[in-house]
Amino acid sequence: MKLTPVITEHWDDPELYTLDGYKSHGGYEALAKALTSDPDSIIATVKDSGLRGRGGAGFPTGLKWSFVPQNDGKPHYLVVNADESEPGACKDIPIMMANPHALLEGVIISSFAIRANHAFIYIRGEVPAAIRKVAFAVKQAREAGLIGKNIQGSGFDLEVTVHAGAGAYICGEETALLDSLEGYRGQPRLKPPFPAVAGLYASPTVINNVETIANIPYIIDRGVDWFRQFGTEKSPGFKVFAVSGHVQRPGIYEAPLGITMRELLDFAGGMRPGAELKFWLPGGSSVPMLTADHLDLPLTYEAMVEAGSMLGTGTPMIFDQTVSVVKAVTRWLEFYKHESCGKCTPCREGTYWITGVLEKFEHGNGTTGEMETLTTLCGQIAGRSFCALGDAAATPYPAAIKYFSDEFTAATHTSADEQFDPVASYVFSGVRA
Amino acid sequence: MITESTRIKMRELAGRYPNPRSALLPMLHLVQAEQDEVTTEGIAACAQELEITQAEVTAVATFYTMYKHSPVGKHHIGVCINTLCGLLGGDAVYDRVAERLGATHNGPSADGNFWLERIECQAACTHAPVMTVDWEFMDDVTPQSAVDVIDKLAAGEEVWSTRGPMIRDFQATEHTLAMAEDDLATIGNCVDEKMLAGLKIAKSGAQQ
Repeated sequence: MKLTPVITEHWDDPELYTLDGYKSHGGYEALAKALTSDPDSIIATVKDSGLRGRGGAGFPTGLKWSFVPQNDGKPHYLVVNADESEPGACKDIPIMMANPHALLEGVIISSFAIRANHAFIYIRGEVPAAIRKVAFAVKQAREAGLIGKNIQGSGFDLEVTVHAGAGAYICGEETALLDSLEGYRGQPRLKPPFPAVAGLYASPTVINNVETIANIPYIIDRGVDWFRQFGTEKSPGFKVFAVSGHVQRPGIYEAPLGITMRELLDFAGGMRPGAELKFWLPGGSSVPMLTADHLDLPLTYEAMVEAGSMLGTGTPMIFDQTVSVVKAVTRWLEFYKHESCGKCTPCREGTYWITGVLEKFEHGNGTTGEMETLTTLCGQIAGRSFCALGDAAATPYPAAIKYFSDEFTAATHTSADEQFDPVASYVFSGVRA
Repeated sequence: MITESTRIKMRELAGRYPNPRSALLPMLHLVQAEQDEVTTEGIAACAQELEITQAEVTAVATFYTMYKHSPVGKHHIGVCINTLCGLLGGDAVYDRVAERLGATHNGPSADGNFWLERIECQAACTHAPVMTVDWEFMDDVTPQSAVDVIDKLAAGEEVWSTRGPMIRDFQATEHTLAMAEDDLATIGNCVDEKMLAGLKIAKSGAQQ
């Protein structure tokens, strides 16, 4: 399968981030088209396109939009989830840095469709490089009359507010993001009610990922048939894949959904010299790891689930034979423990206990019985917390033990660093701290 | 000290939202921008402007890891130690940087000019191992290149982000996060070879 740059097509134009640069490649033509159509027809188009959320869950975008009650007399809001913090995910931040107007044009069209007059772009605080590009795009768009009152004579008003977070992975969870955006601790809400009915300020709200929204202008401009020529029936379209890890050329590779990891790996130059693939994760640390046996599966939402994993954010992390699975999993759990918001007991306490037991294994002090304990602990977290962070924390260990139980058994007497020299995993050579 | 001009900025932030309380996160960034940390005085000012209690502001200020409760110094240094960056060499980078600064995780350097933090995934895994200086990207670092950056900063020399502008200081970045226009959007290269990796192959015709 070939690479098909769409969102990334003009990233080699250093002026793309400016309004003029974006317009020189046909930017904002989709908006002009959208503003003369019926908002419901835009929702229908997005529904027909089959576009699925690119933030990880893969929920159909048009369907999400259609849940927003119309003529309800309440203000509606669009909130862009630009809190990209999933370990391994690095595609939304590059999109905002290179092509912020694609996001912004998508924001205006999407807001028009769901009848929102105020949109928020919630960007994680740790990336001023992305925040200032998006803020600059909003400023230029406002000056050009693309944001504000009566946009291009359509009678449609839209305010766009760029908002910086302050360091909390949990705010990538949509209801935690809403609490954070309302000025509270970012803690998930119980659903229902879903945000489409009672979201920001208890008003109907659509929350979409950056890449999802950046798809909208292209779908509106080029149509459903064009979009559906990429991907599969259940996973239509293209994806900004970000390949990282022990490959020759880590980077951004945009391709149709359904491309295989083997093909992506080839584009990325293969494994680094002398390296063999040991395990990989299709999209973030919250999806179960896979092995070389899964390289020929199509990267689609459905095929990844069938293989026992998930497409997630579509940002594969590749690890070679130098990496200790015990160490990798322990580090991810330390992350979940750190980022658990503390609201739900199974997640708050469970991530603490799992991490403690895993650290014993990392130091070569685990016991066979504790392998069972870990399985039990994971089972007691999954499905027992408000949001998916708990489920995610219960994911790495069961996947790891499925393929690499030997390593955990070895970790009952030999530490991870003795099993695998950490220096061998470094991407620079000959350095010991 | 939180001056009247800072309070005017706070009110301006609050005015951007249908509900003023939504401005609390940017307002706390503003406090750090002015005071190098989230001070008790800053918390009180936020509470007063939003007509909520200081306890409510404190609850928020202590939840988010970017808010610091003692002075950060001139530069914030982050080294990603999440699995991918850490195992690809971030652990070694962190150790060397910590040694150079005489600092421990989430604390100041011996001279008080730097703040060191083991940070979680910075959304730049294609550029691992990743370091940040005042939250600007320093991609693909090695222990040596990381220490070189810190030496230059310590000597007051010019340092550029690998995908962004010239490094200013922590408080300047906090102003950016308080959504003040910093006029730096047009400065520095934000798109590098790794971001163009797939596009280059597609355009080269190599995949025909």
